Amino acid sequence: MRNYIIRRLLILIPTLLLLTLLIFFLVRLVPGDIIDAMMAAGGVDVELDRTLLERTLGLDAPVIVQYGRWMGVVPQVEGNFSGVLQGNLGISWWTRVSVVELLTLKWPVTLQLGLMALMIAQLIALPIGMFSALRQDTWGDYIGRSFAILCISVPGFWLGTMVIVMPSIWWGYMPPLMLVHFTEDPIGNLQMFIIPAIVLGMALGGMTMRMTRTMMLEVLRQDYIRTAWAKGLRERVVTLRHALKNALIPVVTVVGLQVPVLIGGTVIIESIFCLPGMGRLLVDGTLHRDEPLVSGVMLVFAVGLMLTNIAVDLTYAYLDPRVHYK
Amino acid sequence: MGNSMTDRSSEGVAGAKRHSQLVSFLIRLAREKPLGTVGAVITLLLLLVGIFANFIAPYGMNEIYMDSLLAPPSAKFWLGADNVGRDVLSRVIFGARISVIVGLGASVLATILSLIIGLVSGYIGGKLDLIVQRIVDIWLCIPGIIFAMIVISIIGPGIWQVIVVLGLSWGIGGSRIIRSAVIGIKENVYVAAAEAIGCPTTRILIRHILPNIMAPTIILFTTRVPNVILAEASLSFLGFGIPPPAPSWGGMLSGSGRTYMFQAPWMAIWPGLALASVVYGINMFGDAVRDLLDPRMRGGTGRYGAKAKKKPK
Repeated sequence: MRNYIIRRLLILIPTLLLLTLLIFFLVRLVPGDIIDAMMAAGGVDVELDRTLLERTLGLDAPVIVQYGRWMGVVPQVEGNFSGVLQGNLGISWWTRVSVVELLTLKWPVTLQLGLMALMIAQLIALPIGMFSALRQDTWGDYIGRSFAILCISVPGFWLGTMVIVMPSIWWGYMPPLMLVHFTEDPIGNLQMFIIPAIVLGMALGGMTMRMTRTMMLEVLRQDYIRTAWAKGLRERVVTLRHALKNALIPVVTVVGLQVPVLIGGTVIIESIFCLPGMGRLLVDGTLHRDEPLVSGVMLVFAVGLMLTNIAVDLTYAYLDPRVHYK
Repeated sequence: MGNSMTDRSSEGVAGAKRHSQLVSFLIRLAREKPLGTVGAVITLLLLLVGIFANFIAPYGMNEIYMDSLLAPPSAKFWLGADNVGRDVLSRVIFGARISVIVGLGASVLATILSLIIGLVSGYIGGKLDLIVQRIVDIWLCIPGIIFAMIVISIIGPGIWQVIVVLGLSWGIGGSRIIRSAVIGIKENVYVAAAEAIGCPTTRILIRHILPNIMAPTIILFTTRVPNVILAEASLSFLGFGIPPPAPSWGGMLSGSGRTYMFQAPWMAIWPGLALASVVYGINMFGDAVRDLLDPRMRGGTGRYGAKAKKKPK
């Protein structure tokens, strides 16, 4: 098991290198555009300014050198090595603030939103999924399944908008849109996060519910369930202790697979509810063509995703003694 | 019952077999999956509305009535008018056309891409498979919507850009499903036989393997359509999708839809409702198709399974 973890972490190194290549060249496909945008905003159109700007941003160097600088294997314009490998993601072109500094400000919001959404998703998914499986092909099952598909189908950005608009039209109520930190005012903070988290959690909950139902159905057909019934165990013991526990193992994997959906969702939900998180940062960065910012946020998201995947695989081995990684 | 089925197919003329397969599939759908039938009807409705939008819509999609800016729903404008005096109902109807084009276009592209990558990677295997799979691994670490956002910010918004980007993004991810299906198939004796008589690889892939992975391919396609429609709407909502004068359901909810959402909520309600019900319908239909095509999903033995098994008889 220890060897497996070490090997997984070792494979992570080439994967991460490829990832940085992909992100860097994806974001920097058309260089020079930011100069146009900046000059349009600043109202300068002298040729001298362009070369000066290009030199300060390091855009006059070949793309490979730019990549090297970003990674921290080629010295910066100032002559020091400072890049991804040194833990520096560069300076945002638009705001002139270090990307790492921006990220340290924003990540707690995104993490809190994501974790709350995941929890709400499980609260929706597990009871309904279990009920649906136990009452397969009855009206209860149809309603449960329709609800799950409804959760997946309702677009988060529409539901979010409706949740803001409708209460204000009917009762003159507006959900709080100013960020309060958890340490300052825990209740106010949760009040602020709960509605976005429910909107985001519904879509995830729908997927997990379907998986829970399928897995419960699979497990309920197993011989050991028949044995449990034959022993005369109560329904609660059979369904909860024997069936649900085993059905949940693959569900863990699905929760892991949902992290990309979750990240995509935070981008949209943060825009609607004015939460200053990493998703908002990414949208703003993309609109401004702020390349260091966009590649920095993407890198953090992608690394987070990879680590989650490893964690999910290890949890899987821990939960299911039949799984052995060698 | 089984008897009459075989009789019919044996006396049927050549070529009629495919047709009766489709018909019997639809009969099974209607009989076994009431929810799926509802979904199929909604899907069909979307298709018809999308195709015949210009005959159904009471006004043109960009026809402006300056005297009724932000007009509430009335006999003239059933669902109200927007901030520049366009009929919301007509725009919702024309929005269906965009959803149909993007939904089908990007899903077809994604499925073809998944098929190519999955077939080659799964059948040839070895080092190529290893490299391709590592690339797919990395690809899956970038959330699709973020990839689409960034690429469209570079190449500019538009319907074709959205189709290509979404097709690419979903296609590479979906190749996993095709690959595992191919790996399951390629150990069969008939593949070995085809190899032994010297079939070229492309012929084996197309004539021997492709027909046998049709079920997962159809399932992949049907699950892609609603996802792609939602993704297009999300992109348009964020401003990276189909640019404003075109009536995309997602785009109608952003920009002016959000600016005037308190004065004219009908501008935001109807496109979203249309989007939600269409995605709901296609999802239901896709689920039923999967259940009917994938034998693993059917009821088995055991206490709860047995009960389910009795029902269709």
